[in-house]
Amino acid sequence: MSYNWSEVFVGVSPTAEVEPAAAREEGRKGWFRSLKEGLSRSTKALAQQLSAILVDRIDEDAWERIEEALIGADIGVSSTVAIVEKLEQMADAGEVRGPAELVAALRRVTAELFSTKDTRIDVAHSPAVILMTGVNGTGKTTTIGKIAWHLKNVGKQPLLVAADTFRAAAVEQLVEWGRRVDVDVIHQDRGSDPGAVVFDGLSAAMARGSDVVIIDTAGRLHTQVNLMRELEKMVRVIRKQVTDAPHETLITIDATTGQNGLVQARLFREAVGVTGVVLTKMDGTAKGGIAVAVSHELDLPIKLIGVGEKMTDLQPFDAAGFTELLFSDEILKAS
Amino acid sequence: MFESLSDRLQGALGGLKGHGKLTDTDIERVAREIRLALLEADVNFKVVKEFVARIKERALGAEVLESLTPAQQVIKIVNQELTTLMGSTANKLAFSSRPPTVVMMVGLQGSGKTTACGKLANFLLGQGKSPLLVAGDVYRPAAVDQLKALGAQLNVPVYDEGTDADPVDIAEHGVARAREDGRDVVIIDTAGRLHIDEPLMEELARIRRNVKPHNILLVVDSMTGQDAVNVAQQFQDKVDLDGIVLTKLDGDARGGAALSVRAVTGRPVKFVSTGEKLDGFEYFHPDRMASRILGMGDMLSLIEKAEQSLDAQQAAELERRLLKSQFTFDDFMDQLQQVRKMGSLQSILSMIPGLPTAKLRNLQVDDKAFDRIQAIIQSMTPEERRHPDIIGGSRRRRIAVGSGSDIQAVNQLLNQFKQMQKMMKQIGSGRMPKNPFQMFGM
Ligand SMILES: Nc1nc2c(ncn2[C@@H]2O[C@H](COP(=O)(O)OP(=O)(O)OP(=O)(O)O)[C@@H](O)[C@H]2O)c(=O)[nH]1
Ligand SMILES: [Mg+2]
Repeated sequence: MSYNWSEVFVGVSPTAEVEPAAAREEGRKGWFRSLKEGLSRSTKALAQQLSAILVDRIDEDAWERIEEALIGADIGVSSTVAIVEKLEQMADAGEVRGPAELVAALRRVTAELFSTKDTRIDVAHSPAVILMTGVNGTGKTTTIGKIAWHLKNVGKQPLLVAADTFRAAAVEQLVEWGRRVDVDVIHQDRGSDPGAVVFDGLSAAMARGSDVVIIDTAGRLHTQVNLMRELEKMVRVIRKQVTDAPHETLITIDATTGQNGLVQARLFREAVGVTGVVLTKMDGTAKGGIAVAVSHELDLPIKLIGVGEKMTDLQPFDAAGFTELLFSDEILKAS
Repeated sequence: MFESLSDRLQGALGGLKGHGKLTDTDIERVAREIRLALLEADVNFKVVKEFVARIKERALGAEVLESLTPAQQVIKIVNQELTTLMGSTANKLAFSSRPPTVVMMVGLQGSGKTTACGKLANFLLGQGKSPLLVAGDVYRPAAVDQLKALGAQLNVPVYDEGTDADPVDIAEHGVARAREDGRDVVIIDTAGRLHIDEPLMEELARIRRNVKPHNILLVVDSMTGQDAVNVAQQFQDKVDLDGIVLTKLDGDARGGAALSVRAVTGRPVKFVSTGEKLDGFEYFHPDRMASRILGMGDMLSLIEKAEQSLDAQQAAELERRLLKSQFTFDDFMDQLQQVRKMGSLQSILSMIPGLPTAKLRNLQVDDKAFDRIQAIIQSMTPEERRHPDIIGGSRRRRIAVGSGSDIQAVNQLLNQFKQMQKMMKQIGSGRMPKNPFQMFGM
């Protein structure tokens, strides 16, 4: 099964799919395989852990250690309890017999927790506006570079807007990404009003006929009320020019984040109506289980996965695939 | 938000009024609550397991003191154990007897290294040192520019060789430059990297061998989850850490990662970093972190911070008023002015135990609002400032006109003030001094 970036976006015609030279050089693999490479380190430890548990019987100890494995993946206490209780019911009802079926059930039950909302990125507007938000250092700017690169590859003309006017050298960072992926960046000096930069950016996009405007914002903690209000204000500025925008408001969540990720997503959603999550840094050893809790409890789709620092290190998300990898078949083979 | 451990334990042991030894069943119930509280605070589950086993052991043998309820007794044990685990005293930076002292910051991408470098430089300036920053992150776009901007802001020199040089050479040359220029502390910023990235980890090991930093500090985001143990272990193995910097503590994460990291590396947390302004950086206090993880707030930090800015007499007077709930607009004005010295009001309020963040929303004070509020308060008579209750409709109109604002703004301020008074009253009655558990109603 291979994926096709023109299918990752809503509003990109399949015929526009051009196999881009750069992508071919990078070697396009099936999404399972390439995701697996990014994820393999993350999942191996969990797989080993589970394989040690699931030798034969499903005894008390096994249940407790499954719990621990889930907790260890940052899935969180309440989602872990929900998953384990469901599995116990299934075991009691004779639907799950032995470890092999337990793993399959574990995957299924976990995958079912994810929001069923559309995981694609909506760019079917002219211009389409994507607002990138999230707490400090979670990967907003990098993800923007990656998305812009993919949009170009599927024949769209993106424009980047440097509305992080607060952090030192944030503008320079986005400008450098623009240079790398050969996309224009609208920017002003550090310290200028982010709303003004957004206004400029949208005006420029409309004058030039850009297809997709991606707005970078300053990292902010969800607890900083003034900064959250500033973000709300940015949305109002956007709507003055493009009434139904932003069409996508994405939040980046770092896969190493613990239970606080849920609070982050909740408060950003309250402030600016987040439409989806980009789970970044899945190339490390963190398992990103907080995504399960975020998607389930807030009914937010996970849309993209970041698996490195290069422009090619971005993957579309698929719940079944994600959990398949989180609790892989190797669980049993390794034992 | 999550329930605090104190609430949980009270729930678990609430039925127990009597004194004497804790029974096995009590202890099992307690262990479960502690386990859950620590897991929700993101402490690694293996660390939690060991920790809970130790608590159980101690609680079993413990004679419950006459003066304490069983819940208090357990909290006391937990707090002691947690504080011991975090390190018993504040752990300072190691200064070399032959300057320059070299500090290297390492950590994952996005953990806050560059900002922490700037903040540490500012902290050292405050101690009369003359730091030099070294731009060793040649990978992330504009990282060098970021450090240079921070240096310019602080008037601290930044040594850089652009992005084409080898970070190992840059570090060496940076230290040499500090020696030539008589700078006494060198702070080396390094690129964020994954702990499993072999070539990049080896690069750090090379800097370590060639430059021999006196302090290698791992920068850890306080929002980190279970994986903190793997990260810390790998960095410890590859570069042998001296300590930890815990960042973004102005958020509402419990920061259980601090405990995990400490437990696996055996290295102390040395600094905590809050906010994006460069003055949010201080030595770590284990006891305060213990109470934060347990959801008991950070009363001590609050008091100390307030004391740094308020002079002692003022502080004593304020305390007296808090206790008596006589918080007036004059105090409010004083507070607002002090706030600018201390950092944001929110960061101060966030350290107060038992205040849900949601309550803080209406109490935001930004700099422009500050001027407006000041104008409104100045338009009040002294009588009105002392007794805001007397401010009715016609007085409100007069104040609005006098301060050049409108009646809504006056109403809003009066409402905010009332809320603040209410909060101050809670803090006032929940102050910690003699019996730290009094605030939990025990
Ligand atoms: N390993 C890895 N690193 C990533 C990934 N995404 C981003 N990073 C790195 O994480 C760090 C922070 O990324 P940024 O894109 O600057 O994050 P940001 O959210 O824009 O940060 P602020 O604007 O400072 O809040 C950089 O060093 C990135 O290279 C990822 O998927 N994997
Ligand atoms: Mg950024």
